[in-house]
Amino acid sequence: MADSAGAPRPSSSVKLVLLGEAAVGKSSLVLRFVNNDFQENKEPTIGAAFLTQKCNLPTRTIKFEIWDTAGQERFASLAPMYYRNAQAALVVYDLTKPTSLIKAKHWVAELQRQASPGIVIALVGNKLDLTNASAAAGGNSEDEDEESSGAAGGDGGDESGDARKISTEEAKTYAEEESLLFFETSAKTGHNVSEVFTAIANAIPETSLKSTRGPGASNAVSRGGDEQRVNLTGPRGDAAKDSCAC
Amino acid sequence: MRTGREDAGVARASDEEHYANDGDDTPPPLPPRPLPGPQPSHEPHTAAAADRPALQSKPTTAVSSMNIQTLSFPDGTRGTFTSGGDDPSTKGSENVMIPGDLASTRGPNAGPDELDDNMSVATFAPTLRPPGDLASLLAGGPSKRSPAWQLLRSQSATVQPFETMRLDEDETLSEFPKEFDDIPDESDKDWSDWDRLVLWKSKLKHYMVLSSAGKPIYSRHGDLALINSSMGVVQTIISFYEGAKNPLLGFTAGSTRFVIATRGPLYFVAISKLGESDTQLRAQLDALYMQILSTLTLPTLTHIFANRPSTDLRKPLEGTESLLSSLADSFTKGSPSALLGALECLKIRKSHRHAINNAFLKSRADNLLYGLIVAGGKLVSVIRPRKHSLHPSDLQLIFNMLFESGGVKAGGGDNWIPLCLPAFNNRGYLYMYVSFLDGQDEDPATPTGAHSIHEETAIILISPDKESFFALQQMKDDVVAELQKRGSLEIIKTAARQGRPKVAEVAPGLQISHFLFKSKANVQFCMSALDPTFSDPVSHRRLMSLYHNMHATVHAKHAHLKVIHCVGTDSTSLAWVTPIFEFYCVAGPNASRHVMTQGANRVIQWAKREEERLFIIGGGVF
Repeated sequence: MADSAGAPRPSSSVKLVLLGEAAVGKSSLVLRFVNNDFQENKEPTIGAAFLTQKCNLPTRTIKFEIWDTAGQERFASLAPMYYRNAQAALVVYDLTKPTSLIKAKHWVAELQRQASPGIVIALVGNKLDLTNASAAAGGNSEDEDEESSGAAGGDGGDESGDARKISTEEAKTYAEEESLLFFETSAKTGHNVSEVFTAIANAIPETSLKSTRGPGASNAVSRGGDEQRVNLTGPRGDAAKDSCAC
Repeated sequence: MRTGREDAGVARASDEEHYANDGDDTPPPLPPRPLPGPQPSHEPHTAAAADRPALQSKPTTAVSSMNIQTLSFPDGTRGTFTSGGDDPSTKGSENVMIPGDLASTRGPNAGPDELDDNMSVATFAPTLRPPGDLASLLAGGPSKRSPAWQLLRSQSATVQPFETMRLDEDETLSEFPKEFDDIPDESDKDWSDWDRLVLWKSKLKHYMVLSSAGKPIYSRHGDLALINSSMGVVQTIISFYEGAKNPLLGFTAGSTRFVIATRGPLYFVAISKLGESDTQLRAQLDALYMQILSTLTLPTLTHIFANRPSTDLRKPLEGTESLLSSLADSFTKGSPSALLGALECLKIRKSHRHAINNAFLKSRADNLLYGLIVAGGKLVSVIRPRKHSLHPSDLQLIFNMLFESGGVKAGGGDNWIPLCLPAFNNRGYLYMYVSFLDGQDEDPATPTGAHSIHEETAIILISPDKESFFALQQMKDDVVAELQKRGSLEIIKTAARQGRPKVAEVAPGLQISHFLFKSKANVQFCMSALDPTFSDPVSHRRLMSLYHNMHATVHAKHAHLKVIHCVGTDSTSLAWVTPIFEFYCVAGPNASRHVMTQGANRVIQWAKREEERLFIIGGGVF
């Protein structure tokens, strides 16, 4: 928790939440962004992880407070806790899995309905390395040829074809309709990952930035529905009512 | 030509006793008696021993020459011991223990005719005596030995347990190194279904979870397509017995034991070729059930199946397969913690632990329920409310999540994990804040995994309030600052790096290779370092199998055993159970009873002396 008070540029915190179906690569994107690292077959996140990373812009420094949430259905009821007061959200889907885009659209709708009004949402299609990316992904950043070729070359198992199931156009059109930022990334190769975060940092309106710990730190909020709380004082029988609605 | 096994206070017992308690199956055939094979050349001592006739003056079934001994034990009790063992009625009863390899204790010249003689060894009888009468063979008579024997004895410690591994005897474990390899899934064109099935069957241990409607939920090995039919068969068998209101608890096929546990709407099946007892396997299944409850809570689980008995539980459990598997694998590898149902603590000075507890208590957040500091998978400090203690089975789940399965650590950052601690309260969730300390405050570019997980320090804070993440994060920062100020973090790191005590450090000159000591009052255990003798997985498994065998024997329902001493070809072992502690140790095959006894006494004295360093007594209470 280094304090950034000494930094020459004004620094501000931005609370960012990652949402999306299980196994689309949310944690891998964060790991790439924060540690510039990648792990094959990473085990699923349980609950949520909280990480921080600075992003230097020409005029200011943004300190991202990142909530990397678990994608499994049973954690969905906890999501409001993470996106409440968030200034940015990354909604991630898997380019090779159509259902993940449907889930992503649900998240976008929920965010637009429930999250803070000014929230910056980025739609991110991950696992670009599994597609024949060199041609298809050209649209976003041509200057990273080595990665595209690396991705295409590393995709040994699937020479026959492209694992892509969701076209760039389809997702892009949707993103434009909903005025979302849109990127296709590969956490594995690092393609486009830092660009996503930089774009978000730039898109955050100056006015919503506070100089110290931002609204992201609004930890004292307590909503009424604490139905999952275990009552430590009462008898065990009525101590808690689980709330999973499945 | 005898190989000098006169000290064996054990009757030959076979798997039938092992299973006799279950009563619902027929005993398996006795293990084949090996023909005397060629003696491995790296056993000079054995050969020497074989050349010495009459190490024992009487047949092993006879009363040994000791008479009555009064012994003082470290716990202050005294025991009188008549070295009986000649009561035929106790022979072959269940208070006996079988090293599986006992039958191969032959010297090169031992003919098949001699096998029976050598194998029937005296049991120790005084197991049904009043409690004050601590049994034992705890007095060998080295004074009776010839000087040559004494010389030989001095070398016997050089033989480590399991050094004389022979592959033909070890068939069960020869595949053990491959036990945890994945079975290729259907997409792998190089593998036919048949090959995959063969591979699946070659696994020594299986765990399956299915719903009572027969829907597969979890299997340690093999994907769904592969095991679906097996699951169907299992479900049919179980529900047949359920239908007859006579639930099936277990059965044996060949050398494989099947144990079944029904928990609410779920069936759990353990299939083991590793020789664990039913009770032990059932405890393992219970741990898997606890893991499932920890994900879902009991009301949810009940609710799901009450509404739709045919629900596929894999969806709600999605993402926890790795937790179930790491739990299952820790049992397959052999976990002393699971065996003893106890925790292991980091050994630090009492005053250091006290300082850590105080620093921890000082920074306590309001809505904290439990606070734990864990280093290298060992508990360093606990703080808890006065009226709530932590249950070992809950801690087992937490440790498994954090230290065995890589999911939490790998992501980096601080974690906020909803989980249910079933032994504490199986009806609702708690929220667990986890932060690994190493590498975090230093260079963030340190690649993950630079620190071995066995040295990592984690702070775990558990609260019933799901909004308390930042409060707990603040508390963690305060605790870390406080610990750093007092130099406690360095102490923890050093102690974690040091690892477990070596036997030589505990009591120099002992011939014991490894020991386990459980303090019953504290529900904690300590053990000696596994390196180097037991560091490879197979030796480790053999050691754990030995401990499991002894544990099963001393805990068998009607065995009022207190001490057991087993001699096998490849190891000698001793278990000693009192109301205060349980002690198990293993030495090389040539260690005499006297040596074992002496070793046991010295280790127990050490544990008594170091009690407040080895164990957390009370912990920080608020």
